[in-house]
Amino acid sequence: MNFNRKHLLGIRELEAGEITHLLDTAETFREISKRDIKKVPALRGRTVINLFFEPSTRTRTSFEIAAKRLSADAVNVSVSTSSVSKGETLLDTARNLEAMSPDCIVVRHSMAGAPQQLARMGNAPIVNAGDGSHEHPTQALLDALTIREYKGRIEGLKVAIIGDVLHSRVARSNMHLLTKLGATVSVAGPGTMVPAEFGEFVETGLRVERRIEDAIEGADVVMVLRIQRERQDNAFFPSMREYAVHYGLRPKHLERAAPDAIVMHPGPINRGIEIASEIADGSSSLILDQVTNGVAVRMAVLYLLAGGSHAEVDVDKNELVRNQTASGRENKG
Amino acid sequence: MKVLIANGYVIDPSQSINGGKNLLLEDGRVTGFLDRGDQYPDGVEVFDATGLVVAPGFIDLHTHLREPGAEYKETIASGAAAAVAGGWTTVCSMPNTDPVNDSPAVTRFIIEQAKRAQLANVFPLGALTKGSDGKELAEMGEMKNAGIVAVSDDGRPVPGAGTMRRAMEYARGFDLTVVDHAQDGSLSVGGAMHEGHWSLVLGLRGIPAAAEDLHVIRDCVLAELTGASVHIAHVSTRGSVEAVRRAKEKGISITCEVAPHHWTLTDDAVADYDTNTKMSPPLRSQDHVEALLEGLRDGTIDAIATDHAPHHADEKGLEFDQAPFGIIGLETAVGLAFDLVNKGLIDLGRLVGLCSTNPARVFSLADRGTLAKNAHADITILDPAHEWIFDVNASKSKSRNTPFHGRTMTGAAVATIVGGKLVYLNPDYGRITDTRQRNASAK
Repeated sequence: MNFNRKHLLGIRELEAGEITHLLDTAETFREISKRDIKKVPALRGRTVINLFFEPSTRTRTSFEIAAKRLSADAVNVSVSTSSVSKGETLLDTARNLEAMSPDCIVVRHSMAGAPQQLARMGNAPIVNAGDGSHEHPTQALLDALTIREYKGRIEGLKVAIIGDVLHSRVARSNMHLLTKLGATVSVAGPGTMVPAEFGEFVETGLRVERRIEDAIEGADVVMVLRIQRERQDNAFFPSMREYAVHYGLRPKHLERAAPDAIVMHPGPINRGIEIASEIADGSSSLILDQVTNGVAVRMAVLYLLAGGSHAEVDVDKNELVRNQTASGRENKG
Repeated sequence: MKVLIANGYVIDPSQSINGGKNLLLEDGRVTGFLDRGDQYPDGVEVFDATGLVVAPGFIDLHTHLREPGAEYKETIASGAAAAVAGGWTTVCSMPNTDPVNDSPAVTRFIIEQAKRAQLANVFPLGALTKGSDGKELAEMGEMKNAGIVAVSDDGRPVPGAGTMRRAMEYARGFDLTVVDHAQDGSLSVGGAMHEGHWSLVLGLRGIPAAAEDLHVIRDCVLAELTGASVHIAHVSTRGSVEAVRRAKEKGISITCEVAPHHWTLTDDAVADYDTNTKMSPPLRSQDHVEALLEGLRDGTIDAIATDHAPHHADEKGLEFDQAPFGIIGLETAVGLAFDLVNKGLIDLGRLVGLCSTNPARVFSLADRGTLAKNAHADITILDPAHEWIFDVNASKSKSRNTPFHGRTMTGAAVATIVGGKLVYLNPDYGRITDTRQRNASAK
């Protein structure tokens, strides 16, 4: 199956075949980042706008590097939402950017649905780089790429997602993606942040547990979500300390997981709160591999949406292979 | 001036009239019925309503006209034009204008503007509390003298049960119905849509049904305590319908209304983040819709009200979380109400009851919602067979915020008479007045 969509707005609307195609494409791009000259001309002459309504260094940098490694012109536009609420509507922003003829717009927004609205208003392909509590599709794709790299598959795996599922776009995109590809997912966290209604979030393959121990039981993958202090202010949990004691991932929890279980976190981590430092820095932690795979996934997405062609990348690969040194990291896949 | 509405099928639940009759109006009042064969009186203007239903004028208990303060969204004149185009002879305008209608001066201004427009009757509601801030009572007595028909802090639900109790006790002294937008703010805070499966999927903060249920139950308890007439605005949940049903069974003086979008759409309509699906209360899930339909069928729900809430495209063009709540509804409500008839849920008599007879009773509007002798000559003429497509670009409202653009409907209000004057005639029904000429020459 190919990926013929105009936009990447979420994982929910994708078919399993489309997700696999995105992952396969990302795998071919992973190698480019290991070369001496980390650049292919696949998107030469194309313009990618990173439109960030919410501050983000990591995701923005990842998209920017991905665009540049494909030779696209990447432009970062940061819009403060406070100025937006003072009068400039999403529509104004969309029209302004359209007038600059971008080939792709990467959108990060603190409010759910903003990328969908922009996609309706304009002509350029839109990549959702995280919208409110809704979706963060490239994060789920890079997580999946990382799991595939270490486990060789997604289907049949047991994945635990721990923490503030209610407010997490990462959790939502992952729940869609992992269940679509045949994994079973257990989610757990404080009742205020993991409502029982999540049991019907997807048609099949999702369970809601009250205790994180039960979610982690036999898990091949443990994903830990970032906890935000503002949730404490809004009475979702009593204190960081209590959260750490009852919902923070500690080594004793991992004893219940499968022996070769891997641990993931979308970052940035709160050490000692949702995840113990010895796990974050331990051998089961893939947090840095996730970052590396993020660039490959975003290259694949930009390439498929901004009008790259396979011919160009293949030609270029052959050319650049000659420059490649053997010093790149071993591909663990 | 005498007007005869001839050859129509008259439905007037207030007098249990259901049949072919000619209706005579004189000087803005109903004179009485003539039998079909009777000779036309001298000097009468005849409207030929052959094949049409003649009903007492429809009364919308819940309309937001944005004047004073937000005339760019709607003026009293544009709202009244939309009202009569939708078959509403009377609209009861909510006080959440800027300034809030919490004083007789604002009340008088609204009534003056409505008179100038010469279209629908506009009956203002006054605020329950000063500035609708839920604290001190507004001057209900003075506003009643100026012309308000009920009191409400719509859009800003009264948070404290104590304040609500005092408001009910006080309003009772002036025979003013207390209208509550029932919503517990501590449960609904930050919410943008119904809390349920779709709010989880879409990552939007939910407004739980419980937020409405709690305040409806509270209002039922307070209505019993105070003996006031209490009207629950736009019920949207199963819990609300059940609470009102139980309260009515106990004999508590409570009524409620439903808005057409709440039975027509469900929360999955929000899936594309179209801000025209954002309203308060929010679109609910199927189970709640079924409870609303049951309430419409069994009489628990007294009235259909539009909750017409115009907003400018610039405001609705914001992010879903930022966009204001509400949709326009004056021109789509009757068409959507006909859906209920077409599906066999209610009959035409009940539709007229929900849109005219009952609303008049809920706000104690004398000589309205009826075709009894001496009633105001407000008439809504319906064509149950009229197939039409709602085109928002042809709307008389100044705003365009609706999820129903392009929707095909069967059944419509095709002519509206207010105070004996034809204030709206659907262009497809020119024959009503053409025939008047023919009748005149045939005599």
